[in-house]
Amino acid sequence: MLELLVISTLNGVLFGMLLFLMASGLTVIFSMLGVLNFAHASFYMLGAFFGFQISRWFGFWPALLIAPLLAGAVGAGVERYGLRRVHKNGHVAELLFTFGLAFVIEEVVQIIWGKSPVDFRVPALLDFPAFTIFSTNYPAYKMFMLLVSIAIFVGLLLVLKKTRIGLIVQAALTHPHMVGHLGHNVGRIFMLVFGVGTALAAVAGVIAGPALVTQSNMAGLLGPILFVVVVVGGLGSLPGAFVASLLIGLVQTFAVSMNGSLSGAFGPLSPAYAATWLADIWGVTIAQIAPIMPYLLLVLILIFRPMGLLGTRDT
Amino acid sequence: MSEITAGVAPPLPAAAEKLKFYGMWLAAAIVLLLLPRMFGSGSSLTTFSLIGISIIFSLSYNILLGQTGMLSFGHAVYYGLGGFLVIHAINIIGANKLPIPLPVIPLIGGLTGLLFAVLLGWVSTQRSGTAFAMISLGMGELIASSALILRTFFGGEAGVSANRTKLLKLFGWNFGPQIQIYYLVAAWTLIAVIAMYALTRTPLGRMCNAVRDNPERVQFVGYNPHVVRYLAFCFSGFFAGIAGALAAINFEIANSAYLGAEQSGTVLFATYIGGVGFFIGPIVGAIFVTLLSLGLSDLTQVWRLYFGLIFIAVVLFAPGGITGLLMMHRPLVKAGTLLRLLPSYLIALVPTLAMIAGLALSIETIVHYTVNPGDDPNIKAFGVGFDAASPYLWALAAVLLIGGYLVARRTWTMVGHAWDGATSAARDKGIAA
Repeated sequence: MLELLVISTLNGVLFGMLLFLMASGLTVIFSMLGVLNFAHASFYMLGAFFGFQISRWFGFWPALLIAPLLAGAVGAGVERYGLRRVHKNGHVAELLFTFGLAFVIEEVVQIIWGKSPVDFRVPALLDFPAFTIFSTNYPAYKMFMLLVSIAIFVGLLLVLKKTRIGLIVQAALTHPHMVGHLGHNVGRIFMLVFGVGTALAAVAGVIAGPALVTQSNMAGLLGPILFVVVVVGGLGSLPGAFVASLLIGLVQTFAVSMNGSLSGAFGPLSPAYAATWLADIWGVTIAQIAPIMPYLLLVLILIFRPMGLLGTRDT
Repeated sequence: MSEITAGVAPPLPAAAEKLKFYGMWLAAAIVLLLLPRMFGSGSSLTTFSLIGISIIFSLSYNILLGQTGMLSFGHAVYYGLGGFLVIHAINIIGANKLPIPLPVIPLIGGLTGLLFAVLLGWVSTQRSGTAFAMISLGMGELIASSALILRTFFGGEAGVSANRTKLLKLFGWNFGPQIQIYYLVAAWTLIAVIAMYALTRTPLGRMCNAVRDNPERVQFVGYNPHVVRYLAFCFSGFFAGIAGALAAINFEIANSAYLGAEQSGTVLFATYIGGVGFFIGPIVGAIFVTLLSLGLSDLTQVWRLYFGLIFIAVVLFAPGGITGLLMMHRPLVKAGTLLRLLPSYLIALVPTLAMIAGLALSIETIVHYTVNPGDDPNIKAFGVGFDAASPYLWALAAVLLIGGYLVARRTWTMVGHAWDGATSAARDKGIAA
């Protein structure tokens, strides 16, 4: 039991930090531009595939640097030549543009790398068990993922709190118009923020690629969870996104490792109809409903706290 | 008081306008009746049925997006649940020999859609805008993933099937042949379109528009925007359920793809490409997108990519959709200044088409090298055969793409000037543009 607890907590925090790498960019972009980037998970996927291709040519470590830069450049280009153009048509048009973009990116990835998973391997340097607890080997690569995401988290925090750019970004989180009135080049800040945000998602993609499956549907699988994180945390709230990322990471990881079901809990006391027309609900295990856990959480949050956990802004 | 209301109420329409209005619906009914006489083949009947279903679904979607300003990414939930319930209903009715004929079955789908919209709508519609979009996405994923877990009801990946011919026969129709299904779909399409049009003319429909344009002001007038959004959501779910029911009857199967994100995306594409600003927009979009997806999939392997690119192009350059583009020209037609535009349109068309051709050539060539690299390089796309290995072709594609882009940019600026001239001329004649 303790073993399960420790391993699941580690995995949960890891997944949560990965989610936060993406959710942070998404939140900052949303706060500043007012547009929820539907294609954000697509940049995560682009990061993974760029990382795969570059690590094939030059090795994993250059890939860790170049792939996010490339994806960030693509992101900045999208902002400059796409989003800025549709901005005048309102937020719905912007959201639809990123929706179409997500669709096109998935198709392009399928055309270039195919529909089946690619063979993105953990670098040899990190391919060993980091430590053994309760006879389970914990891979070093996962520790590396955790370290990278924590390092980026700390770096982001420092940039936001201690630098001038961070100050402007923070100001734009709450008073986007005022920042413009104060004479900052809002267009360039937007492009920069969009580029950095998408690059962060791409970092998550590169480090998650070898550990999870690098496949053309990975954006489609992760995207909705990402939006749940942002809504549950409260739209536009960075601390909220952090809490929600960890929460959803932990909830999903723990759910996967649990095997309980209603029929198991009730045992022979199950009512008679449980075996017939309630069989589906009665027999389903917690592990099986793990994929819908985030959405259940979303519905609960919407009922009891529509603003999100730490949200203040009503959009 | 009575004087004021008399002054505010719109004048009764003249007899000629009434005739025109009812004549339009009558004409639509006659066209629907005559279509199978003109195109009687099985495949075209299937296409017409699909278009009909898509029209109902897109219009129901536009109650949300166009009328009330709610962008939903999970509209397929109500479509799919309607479909599933109808399949189960057909099975139950068939097994118990209940006296219910097939033509009323879509109503079951509609009521299912309504029921789930009533259940899920209240929390979904608390907020509009981006929050609503994300919530609808979450709800959609919730239901779609649940469908794969609850295997007895949803039948897992395979889905649930039914036999539509086992029901009570009406006038000797067993609804086996496609032509009978076509008439069923056509009748329901006409009913649903009329009902949804009528809905836009009711006070509720007008309040929906008001909520879309200025929710704050709606509150001041004394309405609760949340309630208005909720009602619109329920109506939308009802009609989506009817569309899903017809789809389930048409294919005699319902599976989890009915509920999924792809179905929600398709209806969004159809509605937006058609144009959300006019009632007829989603109808145009449904016809266009259905024909496009059927036609393109024959012509090229990567039709979904073109589909996405068309959508992005519409979002970027024609936010009003196809109908929006056409309707822009109405004041010019009235003023008779449209002819001034035509030359610049024709000039702009040439480089634009060249650019599109270059883009398609490049895409097909790249697809040849990445998807099927081992195949014969003489590939055929859009009915045109060419040699993907030839460097001349690459050069041609590059020249068309880049040259076309550069020239097209210029010519579209010219179109802009011509447009300004034509509209100001129209304005001079007293027709507002």
